[in-house]
Amino acid sequence: MAITTDTVALNDWEAIGNIDEIASGKRRNTRLLGQDIIAEMDGDRPRVFEANANGGMGREHPAQVLYGHVWTTLGTPVKPPLDMPEFLEDGRRLISCGAVTVRASPLRIVENFLDMSHFPYVHTGILGEEPITEVSDYKFEIRQPDDELWATECSFFQPQAAASADDGQVSEYMYRVSSPFVTVLYKTCPVVEGAWDLVGIFVQPRDEGVCDVHTFMLVFDDTSTYTDLVHFQHEIFLQDRSILENQLPVGLPLSPKFETAIRADGSSMLYRRWLRQKGLTFGTYRDNEDNRAA
Amino acid sequence: MIELYDYVLSGSCYKVRLFLSMIGQDYQARPVDYYPGGEHRTPDFLDLNPLGQIPVLKDGDLVLRDAQAILVYLAGKYDAARTWYPEDPETQGRIAMWLSFAGGEIMNSSAARLHDMLFYDVDIDKVRAAAHAAFRVLDDHLTDREIDGGEWIVGDSPTIADIACFPYVALSGDGGISLDDYPAIRRWGSRIRKIPGFEVMPGIHAT
Repeated sequence: MAITTDTVALNDWEAIGNIDEIASGKRRNTRLLGQDIIAEMDGDRPRVFEANANGGMGREHPAQVLYGHVWTTLGTPVKPPLDMPEFLEDGRRLISCGAVTVRASPLRIVENFLDMSHFPYVHTGILGEEPITEVSDYKFEIRQPDDELWATECSFFQPQAAASADDGQVSEYMYRVSSPFVTVLYKTCPVVEGAWDLVGIFVQPRDEGVCDVHTFMLVFDDTSTYTDLVHFQHEIFLQDRSILENQLPVGLPLSPKFETAIRADGSSMLYRRWLRQKGLTFGTYRDNEDNRAA
Repeated sequence: MIELYDYVLSGSCYKVRLFLSMIGQDYQARPVDYYPGGEHRTPDFLDLNPLGQIPVLKDGDLVLRDAQAILVYLAGKYDAARTWYPEDPETQGRIAMWLSFAGGEIMNSSAARLHDMLFYDVDIDKVRAAAHAAFRVLDDHLTDREIDGGEWIVGDSPTIADIACFPYVALSGDGGISLDDYPAIRRWGSRIRKIPGFEVMPGIHAT
């Protein structure tokens, strides 16, 4: 497909590559919202170009380095990328887990990330375990002026909540969706009392049904090796991948008439409503149209 | 203690993890930062395996590469009953034939998966077609075995041939390869999942 006409999607900032991958002098040929793009570092300065028909550099788009990734936008941003002041805190480790391609709508990937009810079944023995399957009540809201979705006071019993966890614990969670394809969770740190560990996914939608998903962790953990932490995250994310790739329809239905058909999950319903109110169409299921996510 | 150079998403490492679990043998996993770190291409790792591939198994002074070779060793050394790699030459010959197939033709399914998941530059149509051709051969063989009352690739009980062939067949969906046309493979996969000690990996489900 060609570049999307969905200005809501085009006007956001998206992460499009890990800074370590786009090493100085090395290009990343990739795709965003149906547009082939080329990312490269010019010294310390990231640059992103549209790829023209013969693979050369076309129009340049704004680019910046944030949170270990290169970000760009193909439209006119209405707000900056999310603010995560935790990245400035001493003692945290940033673990960039690399990108993984998933044949699914970016919206389904984010919605799955928000959903705690699948923990015991998909992440058995790690993020959940039968028979403890009930999701306790939690709060969810759209926060202004940043226009972000937050779910708070979430909790779940987890046999192995983090790479550093020796035993099960009841993890407290907060979920944050700062723009349709960018989400972070804040989770009880098993090591530092009162602190939150951050785990996030920057979903780079290549097309409506194909994404590169960049995952990171920002944690207090002096004992696990870097590789242990990457593998912990890979195991969890790849457990989700095969489920996500088999969800039908590919596009996420936003119409209210589908809400009764889905499980009664507050943050999921709010996410869909929030997307609908924005007028986002990219990655959605569009009834009676043949241009639905394929 | 047996030491396994391991990556949680590697189907080849999973062959070894799965077998060690089924024979109840303890080991120490040594995680390798395969992706995104590329640790398997570092000089230290290449000293261990000049092919730059995982898994690698260390047991005392012995260092082995290649999942199939590792299975042969572990079955010979740690399966006292010798059911996983029986000692008669004819059975060993048949098993070796399928071990080679597991490390050869079936690896087209791994290549498709690496392409679809982790950006490996391969001719995706070609490797998918080659994986389908391999699965056709395996499905036909398993069908023949079923007609003769056999449930496993070789012999009357599971062998390391089954363990070596299973992972990249079961992971084929990750590379966009459907098992819809291979009913005997799907039935065999269900039987493998019922072997005591069976464990999952991301992309391979318990049922």
